[in-house]
Amino acid sequence: MEKRVVFNNRWLPYLLVAPQLLVTLVFFFWPAGQAIYQSAFIPDPFGLSTRFVGFGNFEYLFGNRYYRESFLTTAVFSVLVTVSSMSLALWLAVLADRVIKGSGAYRTLLIWPYAVAPAIAGVLWLFMFNPFTGIIAWMLGQMGYTWNHTLDGGQAMALVVAASAWKQISYNFLFFLAGLQAIPKSVIEAAAIDGASFWRRFWTIVFPLLSPTTFFLLVVNVIYAFFDTFGVIHTITKGGPEQSTTILVYKVFSDGFVGQDLGSSAAQSVVLLVLVTILTVVQFRFIERRVHY
Amino acid sequence: MKKTIAAGVVAALLSGVAPASAATQIDFWHAFTGRLAELLDEQVAKFNASQSEYTVVATAKGNYSEALNAGIAAFRAGQQPDILQVFEVGTATMMAAKGAVKPVYEVMKESGLPFDQSAYLAAVAGYYTTTDGQMLSLPYNSSTPVLYVNKDALKAAGLDPEMDLSTWEQVGTALDALKESGSKCPLTTAWQSWIQLENLSAYHNVPFASQENGFAGLDTELEFNGPVQTKHIETLGQWAKDGKFIYSGRRNEGGAPFRAGECALFTESSAGYAGVKKEATFDFAIRPLPYWSDVEGAPQNTIIGGASLWVMEGQTPEEYKGVAAFFNFLSSAEIQAKWHQDTGYLPITMAAYEATKASGFYDENPGTDIAIIQMTGKAPTPNSKGIRLGNFDQVRGVIDEELEGVWNGSKSAKDALDTAVTRGNELLRRFEQASR
Repeated sequence: MEKRVVFNNRWLPYLLVAPQLLVTLVFFFWPAGQAIYQSAFIPDPFGLSTRFVGFGNFEYLFGNRYYRESFLTTAVFSVLVTVSSMSLALWLAVLADRVIKGSGAYRTLLIWPYAVAPAIAGVLWLFMFNPFTGIIAWMLGQMGYTWNHTLDGGQAMALVVAASAWKQISYNFLFFLAGLQAIPKSVIEAAAIDGASFWRRFWTIVFPLLSPTTFFLLVVNVIYAFFDTFGVIHTITKGGPEQSTTILVYKVFSDGFVGQDLGSSAAQSVVLLVLVTILTVVQFRFIERRVHY
Repeated sequence: MKKTIAAGVVAALLSGVAPASAATQIDFWHAFTGRLAELLDEQVAKFNASQSEYTVVATAKGNYSEALNAGIAAFRAGQQPDILQVFEVGTATMMAAKGAVKPVYEVMKESGLPFDQSAYLAAVAGYYTTTDGQMLSLPYNSSTPVLYVNKDALKAAGLDPEMDLSTWEQVGTALDALKESGSKCPLTTAWQSWIQLENLSAYHNVPFASQENGFAGLDTELEFNGPVQTKHIETLGQWAKDGKFIYSGRRNEGGAPFRAGECALFTESSAGYAGVKKEATFDFAIRPLPYWSDVEGAPQNTIIGGASLWVMEGQTPEEYKGVAAFFNFLSSAEIQAKWHQDTGYLPITMAAYEATKASGFYDENPGTDIAIIQMTGKAPTPNSKGIRLGNFDQVRGVIDEELEGVWNGSKSAKDALDTAVTRGNELLRRFEQASR
């Protein structure tokens, strides 16, 4: 049975969604439109002259092997960030949900990192892992493991994933905790009386009931990994060594704001926009089916 | 510390007093932080105190890339500052932006203040001058790479701390001994593209790019995959494999371990002097950048890095007069000599160099004149005047990426340089397209 609310006034519903629509128009459609428009031009940095090139910027991009390769890097990075930040957050939320004494303090501490800006998160991790002066790099060295993310692509990727995921864990934690607390205790207690173990209760009752939250977080985390992580990359690796941590959004940032190549940068944001749209549609069509509301 | 506070108070008082006297405000956006920003603020405070017509307001806008970016964004919004500090890599971008910048020679001419272009060091001013000799931006902080030596580390390896390190062959011998004695970081470098490729090319009188390294036209192509450069990168790659050359990052990350005494040899800008002098607890020396003795004509001369001051278009004549007065002040021998001695940047005028020499500074601080001698020792050739390329920041990014492939052993030197040339040329063609 589908629930339906009927408005008597024809205009009221539109009026109610108007503020949200306005925000979306001004902060999403307008800049997105600008990006699409600019992707057909090669402007000079100061905006003194522009040249129309049609699809030239896209041809230039896809003719470049390094750009094509950065799709794979982005995929690896996004999957790692999403999976690690969501699974750790869920684990922490399950643990925090069971804490009775001092739960407020635990929660506050776990939510704290969310207040840190991506670039600062990057610098914090860089301090710990600096091959020469970082404390963790030093400790790894003592254990006989050489840490040098300026030369080792795998280590560099691990470091940017850790810094990006660390920040996002707090956000995911908040939602998971709220989701856990909304699950009726009676269902879980009934299962417990039937003799179901903790993990059995978790996988058969809690996890399915959490699925709307998990799905929402999946969408949000993928978007975060795709769009919001250039600050971390910029401060830690600048895309290197070689191109091992050059993800698509970092290239948009560095070509546009460091290299002043606004045409290419605009074309790249259009590519990214299309990509994330496709991903989101796929998520809603195929994964949402498994979600129980 | 006390001095800093006092300077801060003076600066605050001055800027607080300024609006009351209705002086014309000159906005100056720069990219300095830390000690350099303090020294710059000191210069500005001195200028503001020296006259009452103009007040220069200096604002830090992040690093070089960020400052340039802020200037461009401000210009697009019609809010540009009067003076913008732009690093040498952004020179071609600024030159192509006719209508956004006002050439310095014009500003000086209109102001009626005395301005003698020949007073500036040719090797420095040439970088910022058109082919017909008109100065477009004012040289401000220019440096050139030199070799920093930790003498205690050499001694510990059983080497003579005064040993000759003027060629890479000699450096190689020293590295063997250092490695042998258990040094964890025999050699490291800052700014690999600038020092190990751009300056290497100029120093050995081989082209970095066609069209006189870009000075003669936008249709320039990269040429740094020649035999001299390939041999050098190959050798460094071998040293990296043997643990004699330690890669520390794309910028000057190697400074921290050198100053902490971990690295024995360090190629870095002459402007790294202030930091080394302040922090090093060991006996150090400055030496000229090494060269390959088997290359004919080497050593030629090294080229500069650093930044210059650009005047932005669209301000009032009154403000331009103030800019001219400020530039004259900055170029004065007294200010330049102090700047040179405090920071390790090159003096931009011959007079400042002479004044420093006369003061006995070079005798008290041996090695501080090496940068200037190395730059001006020989008359520059088309290969050693400098490098002026569009999208240069991105070209350097490409070079960084490819060199990292050599240092971690995944690519041969030849392969990496060839790829960097191909990829860099694409960026040059793109810039040519945008500026046509």
